[in-house]
Amino acid sequence: MATETQVAEGAAHAAEQVGMPQLDFATFPNQIFWLVVTLVVIYFVLSRIALPRIGAVLAERQGTISNDIATAEELKLQAQEAERAYQKALADARAEAQRIVAATKAEIKADLDAATAKADAEIGARSAEAEKQIAEIRAGALQSVTEVAKATALDVVAAMGFRADPTVVDAVVDAKLKG
Amino acid sequence: MAEEATGGLQIHPMDQFIVKPLFGGDAIHWYTPTNVTLWMAISVLCVVLLLVIGTRGRAIVPSRIQSVAELAYGFVYKMVEDVAGKDGLRYFPYIMTLFIFIVFANFLGLIPTAFTTTSHIAVTATMALGVFFFVTVLGFVKHGASFLRLFWIDQAPLVLRPILAIIEIISYFVRPVSHSIRLAGNMMAGHAVIKVFAGFAGVLGVGAVFPLAAITAVYALETLVAFIQAYVFAILTCVYLRDALHPHH
Repeated sequence: MATETQVAEGAAHAAEQVGMPQLDFATFPNQIFWLVVTLVVIYFVLSRIALPRIGAVLAERQGTISNDIATAEELKLQAQEAERAYQKALADARAEAQRIVAATKAEIKADLDAATAKADAEIGARSAEAEKQIAEIRAGALQSVTEVAKATALDVVAAMGFRADPTVVDAVVDAKLKG
Repeated sequence: MAEEATGGLQIHPMDQFIVKPLFGGDAIHWYTPTNVTLWMAISVLCVVLLLVIGTRGRAIVPSRIQSVAELAYGFVYKMVEDVAGKDGLRYFPYIMTLFIFIVFANFLGLIPTAFTTTSHIAVTATMALGVFFFVTVLGFVKHGASFLRLFWIDQAPLVLRPILAIIEIISYFVRPVSHSIRLAGNMMAGHAVIKVFAGFAGVLGVGAVFPLAAITAVYALETLVAFIQAYVFAILTCVYLRDALHPHH
């Protein structure tokens, strides 16, 4: 009897569930209750822990990335600035170098000019002196010639057996020399 | 039951959906721990594992699990933002709750011998009605009676407006039905088809390769469906939310 009723019950149960278990309304309260419990638990886990945490992580990452990009941008600007400064320094150095070259050239030229002028002056002085000496020598020579000529003329006249007046001879010789 | 098993081809594709008490007994009260309880608890566990334990590191460079969690967050967040608008983001946790629960329930249901909680109309209808009442109340709270202008389409010619209003109202009230049956139906149909093929495989001997190939194919499809249906449920929720927040077309 017991087995029979069990079988009958089982059959009834089976028959009852031949259709869709989805339409077994007896299980609805149970499913709805556990669903609500599940959803409430998930909601609290999400809204209290998971979502704020993930949101914060994503925001932090975004912040880190934009910070890094900003830093990179800044470094790039700095690099450009440095390059500009370098170029400027280079140009300055070039200009300075040119300036120094020009100044040195001018200085050397001035020195050279001064030395040339000095040398010219010295040359002028020396040649003037030389000319003067030459003139002196020439004057000296003329004098000697006159004296020699006078003496010689006297001697010549004497040798010829005449006695000549030295003053006349001098005058004649002077006249001859002038002539 | 032994007699039935001897009777040749015995396929019970719907048996997998039977709600059973976990600890014996026949009576199913509202508080009885059943296989529904078990599989919902497992989905809660998975949610905690993925979204809480997985993100424990709070790493700037995320681990694999953390990036999956972030992906899920970003996916739903963007969906809410795109569909429901910026002011819909206040309700993001609710939609995330629904989406993540349905995703896990669907995928856990794909484990052989598992119980698919989302294949039950009781579950999906509860969620769909919850969404329906929530957005309806929200619409009236935000806009008062002018929420009814959702049904009054200004762009249409005046003659057509009453007719359109009737259609709009009917479609509005059909929403929870389609919203819930779409999900439960998809889940149930896929699992039942797999079970039918499995029944064939049991009696065909060597020929079982064909039903097995079919099971593989349907299983692959079901994997896709499991995600798509969760997505569809969530995006429809966003659409309804947008209607509640911005009823004036």
